[in-house]
Amino acid sequence: MDTLMLSRIQFAANISFHILFPTINIALCWFLVYFRLRHSATRDTPQAQAWEEAYYLWTKVFALTFALGVVSGITMSFQFGTNWPGYMERAGNIAGPLLGYEVLTAFFLEATFLGVMLFGRSRVSDRVHLVATLMVAAGTTLSAFWILSLNSWMQTPTGYTIVDGVFHAKDWWAIVFNPSFPYRLTHKLLASTLTVSFLIAGLSAWQLVRGTANDGTQRALRAAVTAAAIAIPLQIFAGDLHGLNTLEHQPAKIAAIEGIWKTEKSAPLTLFGFPNEKEGRTDYAIHIPKLASLILAHDINAELKGLNEFPNAHPPVAPVFWSFRVMVGMGMLMLAVSWWCAWTLWRKRAQPSIALSRWQLRALVAMTFSGWVATLGGWFVTEIGRQPFLVYGLLRTADLVADHAPGMVLSTLIAYLAVYAFLLVSYIFVLVYMSEHPAMPTPETPLSPKAATPIGGPA
Amino acid sequence: MTFTWPTVLPLIFMAVMGLALLAYVILDGYDLGVGMLLPFAADDEKDLMVASIGPFWDANETWLVLGIGVLLIAFPKAHGLVLSALYLPVALMLIGLILRGVSFDFRVKARAERKALWNRLFFAGSLLASVAQGWMLGSYLTAFDRGLLSLLFSLGIAVTLPTAYAMLGAGWLIMKTSGPLQAKAVAWARAVLWPMGAALVGISLATPLVSHNIFDRWFAMPQFIGLLPIPVACAAAFFAAFHVTARPRVIEAGYGWVVFASTVLLFMLAFLGLAYSIYPYIVIDKLTVWQAASAHDSLVVIFVGVAVTLPAIIVYTVFMYRVFWGKASALSYGLRP
Ligand code: HDD
Ligand code: HEM
Ligand code: HEM
Repeated sequence: MDTLMLSRIQFAANISFHILFPTINIALCWFLVYFRLRHSATRDTPQAQAWEEAYYLWTKVFALTFALGVVSGITMSFQFGTNWPGYMERAGNIAGPLLGYEVLTAFFLEATFLGVMLFGRSRVSDRVHLVATLMVAAGTTLSAFWILSLNSWMQTPTGYTIVDGVFHAKDWWAIVFNPSFPYRLTHKLLASTLTVSFLIAGLSAWQLVRGTANDGTQRALRAAVTAAAIAIPLQIFAGDLHGLNTLEHQPAKIAAIEGIWKTEKSAPLTLFGFPNEKEGRTDYAIHIPKLASLILAHDINAELKGLNEFPNAHPPVAPVFWSFRVMVGMGMLMLAVSWWCAWTLWRKRAQPSIALSRWQLRALVAMTFSGWVATLGGWFVTEIGRQPFLVYGLLRTADLVADHAPGMVLSTLIAYLAVYAFLLVSYIFVLVYMSEHPAMPTPETPLSPKAATPIGGPA
Repeated sequence: MTFTWPTVLPLIFMAVMGLALLAYVILDGYDLGVGMLLPFAADDEKDLMVASIGPFWDANETWLVLGIGVLLIAFPKAHGLVLSALYLPVALMLIGLILRGVSFDFRVKARAERKALWNRLFFAGSLLASVAQGWMLGSYLTAFDRGLLSLLFSLGIAVTLPTAYAMLGAGWLIMKTSGPLQAKAVAWARAVLWPMGAALVGISLATPLVSHNIFDRWFAMPQFIGLLPIPVACAAAFFAAFHVTARPRVIEAGYGWVVFASTVLLFMLAFLGLAYSIYPYIVIDKLTVWQAASAHDSLVVIFVGVAVTLPAIIVYTVFMYRVFWGKASALSYGLRP
């Protein structure tokens, strides 16, 4: 493999690993705010203890996830320079300030207040602690705002001029709020909500199955299933709008997603099949006549552009085609599972304990990491679908790569992959372990200052 | 040089980048140092050592992101040049930072039998990151030269920087702990003080030798006289650290912070010296700040951001240090300690 391919794989591996954790944290932090507010609102009732337990367990998850997000994020900030120096040289005038604002407004905010949020509960007043928690939540969301703005600009660049091959900003408003940004931000924030909802629901269901649940489990599960059931139809709706936006700005990507090889009217929707790029057709395809035109253009006779219109400027078809189906498939599963469980919970809402059946709990457990799968699928559609460009239509990926020896890139790639595999396995094991040992002392009794008994541990 | 916005802005960003990296080296320096000292402590002391840096390490590392961020934002040409030249040490540093950053959390969340493993990774990651940073500094100063002399020089810094971080870490522990752990920290400080001092002197002497530019800047009259306060202050700071660590009673009387403060002073002075040596280059002998700077308009946009947010960042950082002021105690997510 050549340096270009290795650098691409390395970048994809690093960012795919990174995104797993922010995706959780962006929404988990808001869940923690909710648990905390419920705890304050129910103070002096028995429920307060339950909310406190939910807060406690998920704060531990948050702390661990945050650590993973931060360290993999630091890797990201070096990646542009080590592997894609051409990118910053050509587009630095635009990418630089967006990344800079992310560091200045988001990273410091969340990193600094994180300490107070995690360890400061007994050192500051309740109100200051709540403010600190809100700051962390705002920080993670702001971070998503800036980075997605940059990413969307790379997909749908506007507001720039090019002088001697170098991008210059002309209109910052047009750059930040570029045409695909509102869709991407909405879709991403909803994805984050769904990922966390299924994580919480799945681990809580696991606690119930294993008999390690406490009062907090019930609250967390109920909140998570409700959030998922509300977010998933919104997500499907947002995804549809996102697709229309992409059709307008990146028709080659849509052609790859749908496997449309030649421009045609009343294009059929391909449910499944095996894209065969050499022959320019989809083998064993299952079609629904005319549906693609109906979904994408909201007109059954509309003409859709095929890949033949973009010689040498369309993405590889198979990965985009498959990733898209993985994402949408997950979305459908999420819809089914969350509504099924939410319906039961709502019907039996008078019942004090969780009324889900064993099968429902098992389904939730199986869906624990479904958000990760869908999120990665979505990103692969987005990013592979942008190829062969880095900035769509303007800068080609192949022109911007650093010319390191392939052996060197390969060695760091292997090292990163080994570390990531190890950490991912550890992370999942520790999540399961923590959910099986959710014990915490009653918060109203002082803990002994020496953490001799593992209260879930000091930090 | 005339002082107009387009010529001054790159200088301002050079200063911001330098200060961010200095802040990083000092702040993350102490927690990397604590990481490297971890194996020398008893088991229950390890928890306290980690607790002493718990609320801070994340924010500390963010200064690195800012430093690299400013390099990327303000000097995109240098960014590519520097980081692709430092490809391998950067990757090693990142892996070190990844391992230590996560071990920190895993060690208390995983099942108890695994704690020793995570402690070891915490140590190994801290050491790897420190050595890699030293190597990066060394190759940066030799303008990425691959000659034997330059490699030896980089190697020298790579083994020295960890001692300096360990000194910061020991100084931090002297301030944040008491009793037997504090006594151990004093002993650690004593142990690394001389190697660190010797290495600093060695590097200071070697730097002008590997770079003629730097030689000419320091050893010419009258600059030499003007610069004398730097080495003199270094010697004074070193002596203060030596003096305090040798006298337990001084520490008992509440002057333990002197060790940390004087090491910080050493770092600052070394930084000043370096800044003087390098100015106005951003890649030594290749690119000046002005050649590497991005478009003026982009610099203005980000300057506004820096001017507004940096003071706010400093204010809430100070707030955070005040919340966790005083001796460290066991950390807990719960309501009361
Ligand atoms: C929980 C996660 C999740 C779920 C259930 C869905 N998506 Fe999604 N999707 C994402 C998570 C995501 C994402 C990871 O957040 C992406 C990648 C980049 C982006 O903006 O969002 C994405 C990208 C993305 C794109 C690519 C846009 C582009 O780059 O041009 C389209 C067309 C859709 N989505 C459409 C859908 C549809 C029709 C869904 C209906 C089920 C759907 N998504 C469910
Ligand atoms: C966070 C979720 C993201 C994921 C999972 C992701 C995934 C990927 C993948 C799979 C590729 C490889 C595409 C290919 O080469 O075929 C890629 C490329 C790339 N992405 Fe993303 N991406 C994400 C977000 C971003 C963001 C926010 C940015 C920029 C700010 C970005 C910038 C890039 C760049 C510079 C490349 C260059 C390498 C290449 O095109 O091969 N990505 N990404
Ligand atoms: C869609 C893509 C991305 C999103 C949504 C995102 C979001 C986040 C969030 C929320 C955090 C906080 C840590 C956490 O909660 O786990 C974080 C950390 C970080 N991210 Fe990303 N990020 C993305 C891609 C990138 C890219 C492309 C870069 C590289 C420039 C990057 C650099 C960083 C850095 C340096 C940190 C650590 C910040 C700290 O010290 O607190 N991220 N990111």
